[in-house]
Amino acid sequence: MANLDWKEVKRQITESQAWQSIFRHGYEDTPRNRILMVSGNVWLHLHPSKVQKHTVRLRFTWCMGGITFLLFLVTVVTGVYLMFYYRPTAEYAYADMKYLEFDMPFGMLMRNMHRWAAHGMVIAVWLHMFRVFMTGSYKPPREFNWVVGVILLVLTLLLSFTGYLLPWDQLSIWAVTVGSNMARATPLLGHGGPFHEVLGVNPIYDARAFIFGGAEIGPHTLLRFYILHCIFFPLIASIFMAVHFWRIRRDGMSGPL
Amino acid sequence: MMMAGAGGAARSSGAGASPAPAGKRIEVPIKKAGGGVEDKLHTWPFLVRNEFLMALFVIVVLTIWSLTINAPLEEPSNPTRTPNPSKAPWYFLGLQEMLVFFDPWYAGVVLPSFIIVGLMLIPYLDINPKGNGYYTFRERMFEILTFFLGFHVLWVSFIIIGTFFRGPGWNWFWPGQVWDPHMVEALTNVDLPYLFGFRDYTASALFGLSLIVGYFVVGYIVFYLWVRARPANDPWSAFPGGGRELLEKWGPVRFGITGFLLLAMMGVFIKMMLRHALNIKYILVTPWINI
Ligand code: HEM
Repeated sequence: MANLDWKEVKRQITESQAWQSIFRHGYEDTPRNRILMVSGNVWLHLHPSKVQKHTVRLRFTWCMGGITFLLFLVTVVTGVYLMFYYRPTAEYAYADMKYLEFDMPFGMLMRNMHRWAAHGMVIAVWLHMFRVFMTGSYKPPREFNWVVGVILLVLTLLLSFTGYLLPWDQLSIWAVTVGSNMARATPLLGHGGPFHEVLGVNPIYDARAFIFGGAEIGPHTLLRFYILHCIFFPLIASIFMAVHFWRIRRDGMSGPL
Repeated sequence: MMMAGAGGAARSSGAGASPAPAGKRIEVPIKKAGGGVEDKLHTWPFLVRNEFLMALFVIVVLTIWSLTINAPLEEPSNPTRTPNPSKAPWYFLGLQEMLVFFDPWYAGVVLPSFIIVGLMLIPYLDINPKGNGYYTFRERMFEILTFFLGFHVLWVSFIIIGTFFRGPGWNWFWPGQVWDPHMVEALTNVDLPYLFGFRDYTASALFGLSLIVGYFVVGYIVFYLWVRARPANDPWSAFPGGGRELLEKWGPVRFGITGFLLLAMMGVFIKMMLRHALNIKYILVTPWINI
């Protein structure tokens, strides 16, 4: 074992016919190749081919923007799995959660990962905002990307909030009731808010009814939140993320100069 | 995850044409065309490597967490049985906590709107050219302390209070203390005008209104004078010319909006103190709105 020549082993493997039929040629570590690695790759070319030293440091970014994005991707993948088994109706929703938990292979794991990644995303996006604030990275020319960021923050919260209802258990309907009850108090537009008489809104036709899809939380609310959660908000969030990333690419990362 | 797979694909298509042995590493800084040395690194491998390791780490932690702790699932929903307490999702508990001090239209609608709009306006209100792209406290004391008051003191601590210290009836319970649903807190809150002896509705409304308007007027004046009095090269003012230069560059619109948001935020704090110290319920009482 001790005098096994790893270089020789590696040479034998990489020069074998099988290896060479898969990988036509090796990777030569030259500056040109390093740049091509990034610019020639559809995923990686989101990055510039060279970056300033400090942007690679954990100390500067805390990696929180990237982690937010990663956790978003995790919720997309696990969310699709959950969608295969979940029906957004009052009759089935709760039973489907139980079914996922006890009968589906990896059902509970997928559900756990989806939920914890979503909570993690909320925390990560706050820490990311905090980091961007502390490095003053919202200052010119990145003012507008901060605004896009705030929109993403709101979307992250809305994604999490709409998902909260879907298990259709006591925890979810009451948490969402408490949250949405605020809409009832909207000035002018909510039937419990100040000046509601001006527009004549009432419990079945006001801001909260617009969110609930009716006067009270019910099956219509479940469907509404399901569509917002699985289609509308992810789509809008993706669009704003594309803008966010594009802007970072154009402006470069902020740094001391 | 994705990046690793994609990296493999690039391996066979992107790299140079000559079949050369792998493994030679270049650690020297990149040379600029002019001959100087740039302070830059290649994204591949340096940044991509860090991202990959971080992604791996996060996924491993998340997986272990998900294998050990189950997502909650309580009994089926029942619209006729309201749990006590009913708590919003934890990230909204800061707002729910505000309901202790303000009516829902303010705590749940107006205040969140101020927060969102205020956050979006930060880059346009903060004209301090220093501290862009590096950590500094001394060059941005005002901005950082304001952010701390809003984010750490108000938002984060309210979430912690809402999550761990609130029980039935939204009463205060220490962690570990038994939740007694029958606990009664004496409701001795009074309105501020009442405390001052006002019994007539109109007079008390006028008194409350003048208090609030007075708060903003005095607040603006104090803020203005404080900024103006910053001497040259004072770290608070961010400009070599001191407060006067700052005011000149800031302009009335930016100053006005900053002052308003600041005073509104401090107002939350002041109302909190009034409630805790003097059991004040409202400052302004009218038939339409109470603050
Ligand atoms: C879904 C939410 C978000 C995602 C996925 C996201 C992603 C990212 C990523 C990957 C970066 C690169 C640097 C880093 O990792 O720190 C970044 C930078 C940035 N983000 Fe976000 N972000 C989000 C939300 C926000 C929020 C809430 C804000 C601010 C309110 C914000 C403002 C910025 C700014 C200004 C930069 C440029 C930083 C610099 O140049 O130093 N983003 N974002």
